[in-house]
Amino acid sequence: MSLEKHSADVGVTEDGVDYDELEALLGERVIDRETHLNAEGFVVRPDEVEGTLELLREEAGFDHLSMVTAQDYPDRYESIYHLTKYDDRTQEVSVVVPTDPENPTSESAASVYKTAEWHEREAYDLVGVDYENHPDLRRILLPETWQGHPLSSDYDQDKPQLVTLDEHVNPLAESSKDSESDTMFLNIGPHHPATHGVLHVKAVLDGEQVADVEPDIGYLHRCEEQMAQQGTYRHQIMPYPDRWDYSSAGLLNEWAYARVAEDLNDIEVPEYAQIVRTMGAELCRIAAHMLALGTFCLDIYGDFTAIFMYAMRDREKVQNILEDLTGQRMMFNYFRLGGVVWDLPEPREEFFAKIRDFIDDLPETLEEYHDLITGNEIFQTRTINTGVLEPEVAKQYGCTGPVARGSGVDYDLRRDDPYGYYDELDWDVVTEDGCDNFARLLVRMREVEESAKIISQCVDLLEDWPEDERNIQSNVPRTLKPDPDTEVYRAVEGAKGELGIYIRSDGTDKPGRFKIRSPCFNNLHSLEAMAEGEYVPDLVAALGSLDVILGEVDR
Amino acid sequence: MSNEPRENIHGSTDPQTKTREARTGPGLDNRFNSKLREAFGSSPFILTKFDKFMNWVRGSSMFMLQFGIACCSIEMMHTYAVKHDLDRFGSGVPRASPRQADVMIVPGTIVSKFAPRMKRVYDQMPEPKFVVNMGSCAISGGPFQEGYNVIKGAEEVIPVDIHVPGCPPRPEALVYGVVKLQERIANGESSPVTVKPYELEQFGDLERDELVEKLADDIDEDTLVMRYNWADSP
Ligand code: SF4
Repeated sequence: MSLEKHSADVGVTEDGVDYDELEALLGERVIDRETHLNAEGFVVRPDEVEGTLELLREEAGFDHLSMVTAQDYPDRYESIYHLTKYDDRTQEVSVVVPTDPENPTSESAASVYKTAEWHEREAYDLVGVDYENHPDLRRILLPETWQGHPLSSDYDQDKPQLVTLDEHVNPLAESSKDSESDTMFLNIGPHHPATHGVLHVKAVLDGEQVADVEPDIGYLHRCEEQMAQQGTYRHQIMPYPDRWDYSSAGLLNEWAYARVAEDLNDIEVPEYAQIVRTMGAELCRIAAHMLALGTFCLDIYGDFTAIFMYAMRDREKVQNILEDLTGQRMMFNYFRLGGVVWDLPEPREEFFAKIRDFIDDLPETLEEYHDLITGNEIFQTRTINTGVLEPEVAKQYGCTGPVARGSGVDYDLRRDDPYGYYDELDWDVVTEDGCDNFARLLVRMREVEESAKIISQCVDLLEDWPEDERNIQSNVPRTLKPDPDTEVYRAVEGAKGELGIYIRSDGTDKPGRFKIRSPCFNNLHSLEAMAEGEYVPDLVAALGSLDVILGEVDR
Repeated sequence: MSNEPRENIHGSTDPQTKTREARTGPGLDNRFNSKLREAFGSSPFILTKFDKFMNWVRGSSMFMLQFGIACCSIEMMHTYAVKHDLDRFGSGVPRASPRQADVMIVPGTIVSKFAPRMKRVYDQMPEPKFVVNMGSCAISGGPFQEGYNVIKGAEEVIPVDIHVPGCPPRPEALVYGVVKLQERIANGESSPVTVKPYELEQFGDLERDELVEKLADDIDEDTLVMRYNWADSP
């Protein structure tokens, strides 16, 4: 991945980032410095954004823009760019851009990081910051005709709103008017079996080929950030992460919130609970990848065929185990700050035996899948070399998870920014170099094997754990009130990639700002790069291989 | 042999104009016979009310719309798939087009941008049609009820026959809901189709209030719109 690794190492030291050196690099642009719990933040003027980010990317190697957070304070609007590196996740820096409250305008970062395009549209939509030089600044989650910006402080939620149901027009129609070629506009969704939920894909076809594609999202925007901002840290937020990525990836998502809230409040988690968490999370990853596999094949073969049923059969097995563990089939609500809610089910031997059975059967099951899917010639023709996503492009779009790893980007937060019990266990990060639809499927299938490895090691550990040391939760105060203006961004490896949360506390028992970085949001953005020039069925295959869950895209 | 004249292996060139009776003999094709039929005698018929018969037919072959919105749709897929297998109850083949379906399961949260589209899909289904609400979100907005963008239940937009509570309801619960619906249809019971608060209307027909005035320049008179009065929502 050392494509053009010139001097992109300013500020790199043995143990982290030398922020003073970065400050020297940015020079006059920096007007102030802030300390967030995860990294230092450099405050820059709203007209210096592009230059600052470009320097940080080119000279200091911060090639991954994880997220853009916008929020409003009584005296200013603020955008925060959370930067890190694909090569070394532990190196982080934030760029903070305050703007004037009357006329919140700041420079767009879209020319430096492609992914900023969608993030800034979202910030404009929900908070109301205006990004100058943005190529296409309009609402992304809410309907075009919406009045006001719901996450800004002066929004009145009771005001009536109007939503239109009009025809969509071909965005390329005009430009192709005088050329020879004719383009046709094709709506896919929001109610369509190939869109994996309520997604609307506006596709413009030139003959058989896709000339332009724009995912239109927001059909499942359930105000997750508002919900989290209305809940207290201790208990009221935890149920929501289950509902972001609902492909039964619940525990992985709960971990994202647990991790950020535990860092914010300095809460330790007992070792035993860490192992239980790790085991549960990996079971969820298997369930999520099975769904991805089943629905992807549904897209390719076009009906509720055998493969889909096979995948559902295996999901049922995992869901049964998870139900024993948590009491629910999907919305587990099992993690608590400082641990988990209850210990493993009794009798423990039976529970372990159930998991062991499942793990023991898995190699054979996967062999079946390989027979059915990856060995199938039609399947190969449909997926190999279609939906190609080059590694550099994937990085520009901020792709993570199996999508990035299918393009050979070796990035996995479980290893690169260890949490839980992962660094004590023996497993590998899976990557594939195919960069195509096939590679992404293969990564998921091989990851299932790795998860199984992790689970069986956890089971071994848990089995031998002395009875009087089964500590499932540490002491956590009844009400959590982190110091005002503490800011933190933390991420975990969800089923789809880097799932991060930014919290600013305002001194009360509820977060002042709660921003979710969902991997699906970024991954879906890259669809335009993958699908252009392909045929429509390949567009559908590409969309399927991204494995987007609309609940997480729209939040 | 291939060098022999073709005529030798040719059969009759008579057109196939035989009637069914000539082909299968008098009475019912043997394959359609059954013990019960034999017990009734040579050409049995039964008497029932037409409506009763039609209701029985309707209840026994329901075509579901393949419709996924949010988390609940994952459990809905499990309901269709192995283990739960909704098909056993005569209602398990999901149809991708609303024009081939008569039951809509609403599995998830409905938000402002989606409601007009959902209404359109519902309108495209042929009559008689039925709706099953799956999960708290479709019933009331569920965990997201206080969101700025969330419709407080599918009943604000389309008429609903059965509510299956849960977040998400287990597949068994959904099966129960669907079977209850079949039972009710077979018995000729139906829920009243009431006028709902959020209708699709032409923009020009709306009352000229502040919001409408403001949008008048951007929206064409005959564009369809849905107007949400959040303050009046439960
Ligand atoms: S009821 Fe629960 S599971 Fe169903 S869509 Fe709503 S939040 Fe998801």
